[in-house]
Amino acid sequence: MGADDPILSVRGLRTEFSGDRGDVRVLDDVSFDVGRGKIVGLVGESGSGKSMTALSLMGLVPRPQGNVSASSILLDGRDISKLEPAAMRRIRGRDIAMVFQEPMTSLNPVRKVWEQVGEPLAIHQGLGRSAIRKRVLDMFDLVGIPEPKTRLDAYPHQLSGGLRQRAMIAMGLICEPKLLIADEPTTALDVTTQAQILRLMRDLRDRVGTSIIMITHDLGIIAEMCDEVNVMYAGQMVEQADVFDLFERPSHPYTRGLLASIPRATVARAARRMPSIPGMVPNLAKLPPGCRFAPRCSDAMPQCQRPPDLLPVGVGHSARCWLHSAGAALPEGEMR
Amino acid sequence: MTLSADPAAILEPETIEEASFLRDTMRAFRRNRMAMVGLAFVVLLVLGAVFAPWISPHDPYRVELDEQLLPMSATYWLGTDNFGRDVLTRILYGARISLVVGIVPSLVSLLIGTVLGILSGYMGGKTDFVVMRLADMMIAFPSLLLAMVVMYTLGANLLNIFLALALVGWASVARVVRSQTLALREKEFIEAARANGTSRAVIMFSHIFPNVVPTLIVLFSLSIPEAIMWESSLSFLGVGVQPPEASWGLLVAKGKEYMFQAPAVAIAPGVAILLTVMAFNFIGDGLRDALDPSMKD
Repeated sequence: MGADDPILSVRGLRTEFSGDRGDVRVLDDVSFDVGRGKIVGLVGESGSGKSMTALSLMGLVPRPQGNVSASSILLDGRDISKLEPAAMRRIRGRDIAMVFQEPMTSLNPVRKVWEQVGEPLAIHQGLGRSAIRKRVLDMFDLVGIPEPKTRLDAYPHQLSGGLRQRAMIAMGLICEPKLLIADEPTTALDVTTQAQILRLMRDLRDRVGTSIIMITHDLGIIAEMCDEVNVMYAGQMVEQADVFDLFERPSHPYTRGLLASIPRATVARAARRMPSIPGMVPNLAKLPPGCRFAPRCSDAMPQCQRPPDLLPVGVGHSARCWLHSAGAALPEGEMR
Repeated sequence: MTLSADPAAILEPETIEEASFLRDTMRAFRRNRMAMVGLAFVVLLVLGAVFAPWISPHDPYRVELDEQLLPMSATYWLGTDNFGRDVLTRILYGARISLVVGIVPSLVSLLIGTVLGILSGYMGGKTDFVVMRLADMMIAFPSLLLAMVVMYTLGANLLNIFLALALVGWASVARVVRSQTLALREKEFIEAARANGTSRAVIMFSHIFPNVVPTLIVLFSLSIPEAIMWESSLSFLGVGVQPPEASWGLLVAKGKEYMFQAPAVAIAPGVAILLTVMAFNFIGDGLRDALDPSMKD
């Protein structure tokens, strides 16, 4: 395995939930790579399957209702898609770690911060309390928690949202994982704190070399942070590209719709409505037979009754859309 | 919640040495005046019960038929009962049984109920089904009858009272703990712990249990008086503590027949029960607040 091999390579990830009204496939044939030391974005609306992708990778999909299968999930060359739950538990926190959306609730209110941040060390490396305290102190330093010594014995409610999210990142990184999954890590924070946390994560990637999957619905974060982008819609990958390519040549109508829906702080000449994609994310139990985006798509054609494949539209750039099946480029005027 | 400009003003600077959780809790507890009063009362009571043979002014069992139902006096501070026995002495001796009967079965049912409740709530599925159906059976069955059956078949002694009361008490504890666990397991910090590779046993013990403790303390302070009442019911029905042994419940039960001639015989042990129950409640409240990190600042 060479240094160019991706740290994570997911092929054919499929997650289904069985319920009273039959099975629902929430992830359908999801494949993507995360390069070493790269920040890879997963974007999409709520319900598009981004968080479910993270939970499936972590082996945290609730059983027995949920069922995850994949042709392969290679983590640093090792296939983790068929591991037993116990083996998966040893990987969580040590090789893959996760930072959650809500820093206010992702720390246990009755335990001291250092005990929680250091818990992965106790689990995976069996360190004693004083060794853990030292490591946590170092991590607090690394993630830029001011006066780290006084924060060790703090309880979560004594820290601000930004500090808690820093603590969560410290917890994620404490075992030096190969991959950090950040599930909307800044959604619950105010804008200035958001910028600090994002800068911290980029810094850490540069200094520690952690590869990061960044889950977000905010294309601004994608533009600022990511090297590569995966756009998800209704449980499928609809477009995969280098970040510059994606913003310059968005190839899937959904991506173009997302880009058009970014609010701009321009002075409104008249009361212009914010552009948005018409319609709603389809119910996963009642998907349209062909392209899942077709009902909301302004470019829908007769072919769209049949499901399109994810096909290359450029170097390292692919899209799941019939517009590109003949190799036809989009007319310039449609891009906006 | 935001930190002020000078965080050191809120969080005292501490060394890398761990601040003791116990010391923090004790400091918070000592600041609660009612809790300290309750603690003082319970300590006095325990000392009184332990040293009853040395400090009590009279023999608790000696019958003096010409000194029946005497009013309060310098010799008999709380008067005498229908056999001429000193009421104060009987209350001191009764404290021995009533305290033990109040505390031990409460602890046992709390222990069983907590373990089963957390297991049931966190594991779900078959475990949950079996435990909860057992609890339903316990709660559906008339508990007094159940306790009486235990006492009757196994014999009236203290150990069997513990057994009977624990058998009756665990189910409601398990239900409360289970419902709390169900709410806790959906919390994000539990998912974060799972994302760290924490095993189910560790999650239950070190993430869920500490969050249940405040509830347990309240349950405990409520179940002590309940157990004292249960014991008196059993004693009253003749399957509990047997005369001439004294327990507070038994003293109230026997004394009520002389309510009009010598009210102190029934009222004094009743007041003892009342004060003890209140003292435990104050302690419980104080402990609950002291254990809650957000109340410690």
